[in-house]
Amino acid sequence: MSWSPGDDQIVVQRAPAPGAAGGTYRAFGETLRGLKTTLARVAEGVRTIQYPEEKVPVYPRFRGRHKLHRFEDSPDNGGHAGLEKCVGCSLCAAACPADCIRVVAAENTPEQRVSAGERYAAVYEINISRCIFCGYCEVACPFDAITMGHDFELSDYSRADLIFTKEMLLAEPIEATPLRAEGE
Amino acid sequence: MTLALDTLYEAWWIQIIKALLIFSVALGILPLVIVYERKLLGRFQNRYGPNRVGPFGLLQPLAEIIKFATKEESRPVTSVGPLYYLAPVISIITAVAAFALVPFGDVANIFGSRVGLYGVDPSIGPLYVFAFGAIAFYGLMLGGWASGSKYSYLGAMRAAAQLISYEVSQGLALIGVVITAGSLSLTQIVHAQGGMWYFIPQFVGFIVFTCASFAETNRSPFDLVEADAELVAGYFTEYGGTRMVAFLFAEYLNMLVVSGIAVTLFLGGWLLPFGIHPPTWVDPFIVLAKMMIFVSFFIWIRATLPRLRYDQLMSFGWKVLLPLATLNALVTAIVVVAVHS
Repeated sequence: MSWSPGDDQIVVQRAPAPGAAGGTYRAFGETLRGLKTTLARVAEGVRTIQYPEEKVPVYPRFRGRHKLHRFEDSPDNGGHAGLEKCVGCSLCAAACPADCIRVVAAENTPEQRVSAGERYAAVYEINISRCIFCGYCEVACPFDAITMGHDFELSDYSRADLIFTKEMLLAEPIEATPLRAEGE
Repeated sequence: MTLALDTLYEAWWIQIIKALLIFSVALGILPLVIVYERKLLGRFQNRYGPNRVGPFGLLQPLAEIIKFATKEESRPVTSVGPLYYLAPVISIITAVAAFALVPFGDVANIFGSRVGLYGVDPSIGPLYVFAFGAIAFYGLMLGGWASGSKYSYLGAMRAAAQLISYEVSQGLALIGVVITAGSLSLTQIVHAQGGMWYFIPQFVGFIVFTCASFAETNRSPFDLVEADAELVAGYFTEYGGTRMVAFLFAEYLNMLVVSGIAVTLFLGGWLLPFGIHPPTWVDPFIVLAKMMIFVSFFIWIRATLPRLRYDQLMSFGWKVLLPLATLNALVTAIVVVAVHS
């Protein structure tokens, strides 16, 4: 069964074909216009950002590699300064859609006090190769112990190296990622 | 109207030195031209181009040559052995032979002996170029056919049609210059441009020659022979490693040759405008600078124009360029006769 186009056919309106002189003029004129356009790109200069040397600054809410936090050294921290914020509740692991966070909690003792709460994270590992950087862990955390940082250069030579331990997540990144200034 | 050439006697060892010098200059300039093209093409697209290997990316071609030289040299089972190996050789030899013709300066006095700053100056200059251009076409044709591949064959067929159609216009465009100068010797033609460079009186010839040159060197917008979108790489699809480099080498050398011929015939060769007469040793650098300007124009066009369709290519060659070139030759002949009688 063949398809019938019906009555609603559109007659295409075309301009008259240019003659020999008109066509030549049009071809050369348009060529010159094209040459002008490309030369303007040279005058405009280079827009490349030389990546490893120059980096594009990230936005403040950019979701890069996670960070774990400690209490800062300030009087309104109630003497918790230096302790880890994480209490090992595993809410981040429960919230994680990629299931890449592993938390093993242990009890704080008076002799060895690691976090501000009753328990602390004895093991805290994030498998960065599985992480989808959704930020749900950050939202789930009741103590703001885990936040998404700004580092995005996370490639490595083996998968095992991409499992970040608690010490690595607590440490300051080796190289600070440039942050975009206000209004930039 | 003088056809008398300087009968120049050069010792055999001078000629050998000159031959070696021309070959090494060609080999030395080519990588620079390739880097220059890629960098300039980058600028036309708001980017840097290669700038990582060596200072300013100047060692990029060296890195690429090493890469190509270490590639496996394979050939298809359907290919025809001897011809397959011969094709790049023909391309290279003809390109270098044509490069010998480009005059880089007048006869100079070097250590008491008179030496022409060119490879050879035959009394049939442009014909010599076209002769080698015609042989160079065997390199493309044999390469494409002997590869035993359909892409290569299509590329070779296109090369055949394109080169033949545009060679006619290119040759006719030069006739105007030859008539005006009254000589076929390239140095004589340069000397004849002392008053005015020929691209002013022979403007139509210059335009036709430039357009035809783009087609002859398989450069964009007439790069249908290589048309990477549809033919992979045209006639050298099945070549790899150093043989492919040989084809690329010949292609860029042909671009230099065409620039050199255009500079010699239309842009005054080693002459400078406004009555400036620099010492003789500057002449080769003037020619090289003019050639680089012409090469830049090649690159500018490549950055601007898309590839033509095949029928557009043919109708442009036969319906626009050929009549223009014929008319130009005719008008020039009439004017020259009218002025001289």
